[in-house]
Amino acid sequence: MQFSSEFETRFTEMLTHYPTKRSVLVPTLLYVQDELGYLSDDAVNEIAQRLELSDLEVRNVISYYSMLRTKPAGKYNVQVCTNISCLVRGGEEILRHCKETLGVTQDKGVTPDGLFSVEEVECIGACCWAPAIQVNYDYHENLTMEKVDAVLESYRKREQQ
Amino acid sequence: MADLVSHPDEVKAISWRWGKGAANIDRYLELDGYKAVQKAIQMGSEGIINEMKASNLRGRGGAGFPAGMKWSFVPKESAKPKYILCNGDESEPGTCKDRMIFEHDPHSVIEGVMIAGLAVGAKTGYIYLRGEYRYLSDIMMKAIKDAYARGFLGKNIFGTGHDFDVHWHGGAGAYEVGEESALMESLEGKRGVPRIRPPFPAVVGLWGGPTVINNAETLASVPHIFMMGGEKYAAIGTPKNGGTRLFGISGCVERPGVYELPMGYSLRKMIYEVAGGVWKGRKLKAVVPGGSSTPVLLPEEIDIGMDFDQCMKAGTMLGSAGVVVLDDTVCMVKFALRTMAFYRHESCGWCIPCREGTDWLKKTLVRFHAGGGIKKDIDNIQYLAENMLGRTFCPLGDAAAMPTIAFVKKFRKEFEDHLEGRPCPYEPQAALEQLPVIA
Repeated sequence: MQFSSEFETRFTEMLTHYPTKRSVLVPTLLYVQDELGYLSDDAVNEIAQRLELSDLEVRNVISYYSMLRTKPAGKYNVQVCTNISCLVRGGEEILRHCKETLGVTQDKGVTPDGLFSVEEVECIGACCWAPAIQVNYDYHENLTMEKVDAVLESYRKREQQ
Repeated sequence: MADLVSHPDEVKAISWRWGKGAANIDRYLELDGYKAVQKAIQMGSEGIINEMKASNLRGRGGAGFPAGMKWSFVPKESAKPKYILCNGDESEPGTCKDRMIFEHDPHSVIEGVMIAGLAVGAKTGYIYLRGEYRYLSDIMMKAIKDAYARGFLGKNIFGTGHDFDVHWHGGAGAYEVGEESALMESLEGKRGVPRIRPPFPAVVGLWGGPTVINNAETLASVPHIFMMGGEKYAAIGTPKNGGTRLFGISGCVERPGVYELPMGYSLRKMIYEVAGGVWKGRKLKAVVPGGSSTPVLLPEEIDIGMDFDQCMKAGTMLGSAGVVVLDDTVCMVKFALRTMAFYRHESCGWCIPCREGTDWLKKTLVRFHAGGGIKKDIDNIQYLAENMLGRTFCPLGDAAAMPTIAFVKKFRKEFEDHLEGRPCPYEPQAALEQLPVIA
């Protein structure tokens, strides 16, 4: 499998940081996911071989961490926090609004064009700036419905450019 | 970047560099950066540990164990390498303080890790950051790279003959990994499930070597302790609770934010003065004082000083100091349900009381809130939570049980009201039509 040169540089360097190869597994899986959008069977096999693990050992780790996925999400994964601090400042309304606006009915559902997915997530560490969402790794905080609309529109525009 | 706040009552020991561009190493050096570690090198291992003990610094992750004492548990001689592990995987709902440290003062964490390393004779430190904080990982990686470029990390640091390496490590989303033994499992590339203790990490930790594990705020406090002196730092707080604390105040207040206040600061003042009071002119209904795992307080219980001992005396915990304020429109059954949904989601499944207990509690609370409850459920919720307490492999079970017991005990009438005014008498009809939001 081909990964970017940035990935290869990072991967090679990370291996020097630990006494065992296996220790790079979790961050490596996240970097692979960033490149491919999800952890495909081929990617799992590739990482397993590189770290001298079985595919099953790698899958065992993937299934544990909530940020790792084996199915594609939207290009922009809208993660809405509804945990306690966001809850009392309108997090659930933000979640409904995102789903309605994007026409996504299921949790982790993807829009037909593959541009967006919407996911209800646990606390993202934005409690003091609630309600908040994360689109991929970008934080958007102190939200109102109008701000959410503007955020989603900004990603749409990014695609049109 | 998250907004900064300030209040005249703040004592800025840890946060004084915030907003001053200290993520840049040149700016950090202008602001007395890397002086503390050089001072620590001169003091030697015993001197460092004594200074830490004098500071009365207690672990900022939640348990509140004295940091100096923790460091002293590491055996002087070890056949295996020793390690320092910075726990930057903060994931407890209501908690977002470490995020500010990494964003505004990443070198202070590196310095703290280095001083801890000098204290116990470790030559390698790892900074584990939660996966969601990717932008902080970029900041942290640059800070580490810059420190290597200046010769502050690597071989022969500051020309003293000491070698020390620091590496960043990223997680991928798991609250359980905040528990120290699960953190080590995760760093070793496994599922983040807890290990049997003893042996404790100070004796058998990462890859079998003695390991000091401290929260990011604990380690970020260390350089400041060495710059101002342990005793002076201790004098800021209360007896046995040295220094300051980063309080993340969130929820129904006018000015939420992360504020640095002396240990023992009044919870009432924190809510009504520092955070500007309950928002929209509403009444205070409840306060979760130290992150979602800490038992809720009623409005008449907030005249306490916020330190480990006073919170314990008040029947709650300081925990991660994530203060969540609730106004009189919040349904406490819904709030309990959302809390439990979190613990159900984050239970690693390793032990039955936690895996099954959180699941049953969540299911019961979902049904109860949606109007399908029976009177016996109220006692059952409490009974289930009480039977989880102290019976799980790691503290996650307690973290789920403790707040639930308090919710039922202190807001029993609200549970009973749900039986009278089904489904929920506290939520607007529009919200109820959408139930259940939490899958």
